Amino acid sequence: MSTVIIGIGNRDRADDGAGPALVDRLAAAGLAGVRLAVAPGDMLSVLDLLDGASVAILVDAMKAGLEAGAVQRLDVSSSPFKGELSAFASSHVIGLGDAIELARTLGRLPPRVIIYGVEARDFTPGHGLSGPVEAALVELEHKIREDCACTKPH
Amino acid sequence: MAEQRTIKVDYMARVEGEGALDVLIEDQEVKDVKLRIFEPPRFFEAFLRGRSFMEAPDITARICGICPVAYQMSAVHAMEDACGVKVDGPLRALRRLLYCGEWIESHVLHIYMLHAPDFLGKSNVVELAAQHPEIVQRGLRLKKAGNEIVALMGGREIHPINVRVGGFYRIPTPGEFATLAEKLKAARDDALATVAWVKGFEFPDFEQDYEFVSLSHPAEYPFNEGRIVSSRGLNINARDYHEHFAEEHVPHSTALHCRLKARGHYKVGPLARYALNHDLLSPLARQAAQDAGLGRVCCNPFQSIVVRAVETVYAVDEALRILEAAERPHQPCVELRPRAGRGLAATEAPRGLLHHTYELDEQGRITFAQIIPPTSQNQATIEADLRRFIAPRLHLPDDQLRWQCEQAVRNYDPCISCSTHFLKLNVERR
Repeated sequence: MSTVIIGIGNRDRADDGAGPALVDRLAAAGLAGVRLAVAPGDMLSVLDLLDGASVAILVDAMKAGLEAGAVQRLDVSSSPFKGELSAFASSHVIGLGDAIELARTLGRLPPRVIIYGVEARDFTPGHGLSGPVEAALVELEHKIREDCACTKPH
Repeated sequence: MAEQRTIKVDYMARVEGEGALDVLIEDQEVKDVKLRIFEPPRFFEAFLRGRSFMEAPDITARICGICPVAYQMSAVHAMEDACGVKVDGPLRALRRLLYCGEWIESHVLHIYMLHAPDFLGKSNVVELAAQHPEIVQRGLRLKKAGNEIVALMGGREIHPINVRVGGFYRIPTPGEFATLAEKLKAARDDALATVAWVKGFEFPDFEQDYEFVSLSHPAEYPFNEGRIVSSRGLNINARDYHEHFAEEHVPHSTALHCRLKARGHYKVGPLARYALNHDLLSPLARQAAQDAGLGRVCCNPFQSIVVRAVETVYAVDEALRILEAAERPHQPCVELRPRAGRGLAATEAPRGLLHHTYELDEQGRITFAQIIPPTSQNQATIEADLRRFIAPRLHLPDDQLRWQCEQAVRNYDPCISCSTHFLKLNVERR
């Protein structure tokens, strides 16, 4: 079974970098047998990143009217979730929801796909992560490790 | 009392950026059409002031995620114009290679993901993929080929980082060029299949009498260089652009409208390039155009999807030609020193002519910047198209009229993000 974890977002736009920052944390701490990737812009590139994986975990910033740093977990393995996805922030022509549904339609969606949305507070260019989002990544890393049934190498 | 009808598209889908379309119909007559662009102003020209001339390609690349190469290319050519330097030979060829990558990425995204669903009665690419999965897979493969070119020459797929004034920071190795060429050979077949697919779409009968404006170069289909010419006799150096074109503010748009001082609105983009440069397409692309039933000039904006597909064949073909001729530059860039002065240049972004003007002080600091993107040049023509397109279709119910108006706007692949920078359509009938 192969797992890919994809951090979505732009590191240079504050909390939009939550996904890439989470991937950095996993890379630094070590996570055996898992492919880590970052998708900074073009959501169609996510389709290529999904190819060959049996489990995909995606992390993206969202604006869902929650408290900054709040984390939502969506299991989109078997059911379309376009309505829920509209809450995810994307300035691109093809959003994450479109990319996931396109992958499903084309038979390119892994059997298990989980999306974590992290409520963002700040998208200011040049800023780092806001405090609440930075803090949320600690707990999110634990959740993802549980999803992967992985532990840190000793 | 006059009968009024208003059709509004409050948030137009499948365009890049945020905008809306308002159409006012009174007594069965189109009274007003406004392409409203309400994406907030982005102030890039102000950001550039005080920065080094060397930073312009990296700053302007951030204007657009779809066509960053165009911004980089117009910026580097304008800076080199200001510095009195010309980049030629293998470095010039590699710039064309990078531009090929962007045309492929951008055209294929628009053809398959944004525009084709209109012609096939689908509301998006996911619906298209449900019925024609193999076609959408082909589009994804072809787009990826463009991404590969930009990733190799630009350092990464989006917002490239390998372009500098004077050339590049790094030249790929011969092995990297050879690997890319192998990938592109399959892309050529996919590009030809794309033309064969879109030529079969049903196009509204809508021939228009445009003034086409594009670059024209004596020896090549234009990307980076050439004189600015039009189908009505304009033939100028890019340095003389401001003597012939003027930007004006219109209250309903945060993007300026650009007009020819002598004659008003005009059209840039694939139809213009094709009409003014048909003979310079590669033999394979010319043959593809002929097989698609295109004449030497195409005046139906709905057929822009076919012309984009032909240009995609050209871009793949040209990329392969450059790679096969591959002469690796001795140096990644030409060294240059700044000097006080003015630099102007235009290149052909996927959506059309993109003009940059800069003024530099003696240290090479930017004291003035003006960027005129293709969508702001096409805005008035989009509105003119809509007035003529809607008039014979007033009998249609609002929903159908709204759909067709959106399609007419998408003919232009408008990049609203670039021009200021989503579109909503409002039709009011009185």
